[in-house]
Amino acid sequence: MSTATYTRYELLRIVRNRRVVFFSLAFPVILFLAIAAPNRNVTDFSGTGISMPLYFMVGLAAFATMNAMLASGARIAADRAVGWNRQLRVSPLSPASYIGTKVLSGYVLAGLSILVLYACGAALGVRLPAGRWLAMTGLLLVGLIPFAALGIALGHLLTSDSISPAVGGLVGVLALLGGSWFPIGGHGFLHDLAQALPSYWLVQASHEGLGEGGWGMRGWVVMTIWTVALVALAVRAYRRDTERAA
Amino acid sequence: MTSQTAHAIALQGLVKTFRGHDGPVRAVRAVDLAVERGETVALLGPNGAGKSTTLDMLLGLTEPDAGAVAIFGSRPREAIAAGEIGVMLQTGALIGDLSVRELISMMASLYPRPLDVEDVLELTGILSFADARTQTLSGGQTQRVRLAIALVSDPELLVLDEPTVGLDVGARRDFWTTMRAFAARGKTVVFATHYLEEADAYADRVVLMAHGQVVADGPTTEIKAMVDVHSIRATLPAVDADALAALPGVTKAERHGDTVILTCSDSDAAIRALLERYDDAHDIEITGAGLEQAFLALTSDQSQPTVNEELLA
Repeated sequence: MSTATYTRYELLRIVRNRRVVFFSLAFPVILFLAIAAPNRNVTDFSGTGISMPLYFMVGLAAFATMNAMLASGARIAADRAVGWNRQLRVSPLSPASYIGTKVLSGYVLAGLSILVLYACGAALGVRLPAGRWLAMTGLLLVGLIPFAALGIALGHLLTSDSISPAVGGLVGVLALLGGSWFPIGGHGFLHDLAQALPSYWLVQASHEGLGEGGWGMRGWVVMTIWTVALVALAVRAYRRDTERAA
Repeated sequence: MTSQTAHAIALQGLVKTFRGHDGPVRAVRAVDLAVERGETVALLGPNGAGKSTTLDMLLGLTEPDAGAVAIFGSRPREAIAAGEIGVMLQTGALIGDLSVRELISMMASLYPRPLDVEDVLELTGILSFADARTQTLSGGQTQRVRLAIALVSDPELLVLDEPTVGLDVGARRDFWTTMRAFAARGKTVVFATHYLEEADAYADRVVLMAHGQVVADGPTTEIKAMVDVHSIRATLPAVDADALAALPGVTKAERHGDTVILTCSDSDAAIRALLERYDDAHDIEITGAGLEQAFLALTSDQSQPTVNEELLA
């Protein structure tokens, strides 16, 4: 048995879902071009030292990939709504593999978003050494781990009716407070709050583009705490749902 | 015991109690069942008899409080992983955003020795809508696709939990025609139903369940005779109910004012005897009792597990 084919079809299902594709691919690209194209020559955006195209390329990549990861995990709610989780429990696909297919397809969609935004960024003049591109991408991908866990948790906790507004609202707030739309100032309550959010550090991956060495200790600690907490929540949500369905 | 010689299904002393609003609900109490390879067995009983809970335990979806389950000598999880079991659960729809063919291919990919997808599409009669998206199908078409998913692993054992609920007569007949073609390959089939006609038409053997127990188990014809209860209602004043209960073919007599209700195991014999002896009986109605009533008649005076042997004796 291999789950490669199952994952391939799972991916096909996502790509055919217009809402997910719109918010993870089309919408971020349109916004990026609308914001960054007129300001492509702004080299120091709002005192960050980062050019506007680079800042928004990563800011919107954070928005798009958060959406991709949460929406993919949240599709578990739709599967549950039609009893598909029980159907799979009488198939050889293990629960771990099933969740694995959701995470993997989320990552594929997220990877696609990143590539498209990078291409748009490059078109607007973002130039970085190859090592910086790779390090930045690595940071984005690692930063999505807590979102993968959150998506799985939401998929088990919410119903298929409530999941879309919940994911949309959550991504909107996290992106706003994380700095996807404008840089969070250097001090004050908003800054402190933002620094405690995983989305802030996702956006901060753009600092890697400056060679500032990524997140620093604080970022890694915050991300680790979120990852541990959200994985625990996902495991709990999964167990609770499975026991109830039995 | 190797998997070659083991029973297709062996259930021993299965017990399951759920927490209900008014205290514990004993959904299944001490069910023993052995099914041989190649048998087609109907699990017949009214709603709440414990059929679905028994099947859930058989499939490992529910952990029994006590008792043991073996499928071809293995645990349910192992038999499932080996692709030996095809299942149609009672409820469930299909995931969307795939064509029927894609969905069947997706499920086929999970099994060690799946059937050819095109063959399954043909066997289950879904070639004509194989390219349709799953969310556009009718109820009958959806059931066919669910059957195709159950068959695609080329299972030795097919477990169907009330597979034709909600289907019209034509769709129901088509469904069983397909199922029969599959069973004819020497496969074992177990299905839950609350339609006596379905058990009668498609099973070799009927296991009758009520109140979480097996109340009878035998060849379909025997069980049918036992369950096919009719009742006669007539206006007949001034005759003792006990005298009526003693009539041939009558198992129970009740009086409500001038009306008597006779529960009959053989309504033909009962109506002849009734009219012969009490020609003043009038406003006579004969109705086929539902399974629910039949079970009440079967289990009312003997609610002990020993009913099983006594009924078959």
